[in-house]
Amino acid sequence: MDLSKEQIREIIARRVAQEVKEGDVITLGIGLPTEVANYIPADVHVMFQSENGMVGLGKKATHETRDKSITNAGGVHVEVKKGGAFFDSEMAFSMIRGGHINATVLGALQVDEEGNLSNWMVPGVFTPGMGGAMDLVVGAQKVIVAMEHKAKGEPKILKRCTLPLTAAKEVDLIVTERCVLRVEPRGLILQEVNPMFSVDDVINSVGANLIVEENNLLAMAV
Amino acid sequence: MKKFISAKEAGKLIPNGSSLMIGGFLNCGTPVKVIDELIENKVNNLTLIANDTSVPETDRGKLIVNKMVKKAIVGHIGTNPETGRQMDAGELEVELVPLGTLVERIRAGGSGLGGVLTPTGVGTLVEEGKQTMEIDGRKYLLEKPIKADVALIYGTKADKFGNVFLHGTTRNFNTVMAMSAKTVIVEADEIVDDCLDPDMVTIPGVFVDYIVA
Repeated sequence: MDLSKEQIREIIARRVAQEVKEGDVITLGIGLPTEVANYIPADVHVMFQSENGMVGLGKKATHETRDKSITNAGGVHVEVKKGGAFFDSEMAFSMIRGGHINATVLGALQVDEEGNLSNWMVPGVFTPGMGGAMDLVVGAQKVIVAMEHKAKGEPKILKRCTLPLTAAKEVDLIVTERCVLRVEPRGLILQEVNPMFSVDDVINSVGANLIVEENNLLAMAV
Repeated sequence: MKKFISAKEAGKLIPNGSSLMIGGFLNCGTPVKVIDELIENKVNNLTLIANDTSVPETDRGKLIVNKMVKKAIVGHIGTNPETGRQMDAGELEVELVPLGTLVERIRAGGSGLGGVLTPTGVGTLVEEGKQTMEIDGRKYLLEKPIKADVALIYGTKADKFGNVFLHGTTRNFNTVMAMSAKTVIVEADEIVDDCLDPDMVTIPGVFVDYIVA
């Protein structure tokens, strides 16, 4: 099954959005994770936190609403939602590390059977730095990895990460365009499979052992 | 009363080899005028402590482009390709620090603490060479305080008492940096005539030495 980049991103973002619950405070990583916000139903009220010092992150500012002193963590001018608040980096990261964020959604280079995550560095290749990712993964109540199933044909879901870790044993859920995996102490549980793919398609496209329980296997809503 | 100085005078307070904290998250809430003076003065061998190295065209990013920094202690360098280039060429030492750890290390430096214990970085490259402690069954890294010779911070508004008000997401690292440097210089968009309403003060003037007028 060949899916376009856009289709892949939409499938992943739509599925991650279903994890979001009423009243959640959520921090989204840059890239694909930010697209999750587009698929949260209007009747589910959430607040997005931005590590540069804001809860209530709104949409990109227009020429009329632009305020030079209000940006997201990517430096883009944004609007603030009703009920939002500003604070400094100390409080932003206390919020993150202290377990006050219900869920974070981040991209990954690799993730493994123990819930280890690598997403900040490829040795010998330019690293942008970890920014707030290490704090987010350690501190958020639920860590959701949202990523394409493979990179350039190579598996990203592995027995053990080979790249430097962002954090050890912190990932709770992995969502790709092919499947949803739950990380438990006994390993990676295949929770859902995208009906466009077979269970074998999923098993054969990872470098890890997946625990498949036929009776508990669900179709991924796409 | 605090001393009002020009950007030129402020620049002279930052000699070669200084350790320098600069507030700002990318281009938001960052001082610019004193940085231009440093470029004019061709200051070198700086240790830069900041959230990030910004972009090549503006503020902190220009210090990197002009090769004035020997060491950068930051959380992110992805928006300034020149930082990565100098790092790879061995011209610039970069200490990458998780942002939550960086802000706490700076806070510790300014608030009389011997360091902080954080779970961030456990089991990663960040743990290398650091003392660890287990407290109530959880492992933590001991992260040491950071202080600087000078902090250059931004203000939306400031008054003659050195009080600073910060609007929107401009607070970022400015608040903790104001506590952690020997000399603290505020560059504000507006100097109010009388004084700020005490309820509106984000950074109390007690931390501030100079206001750039």
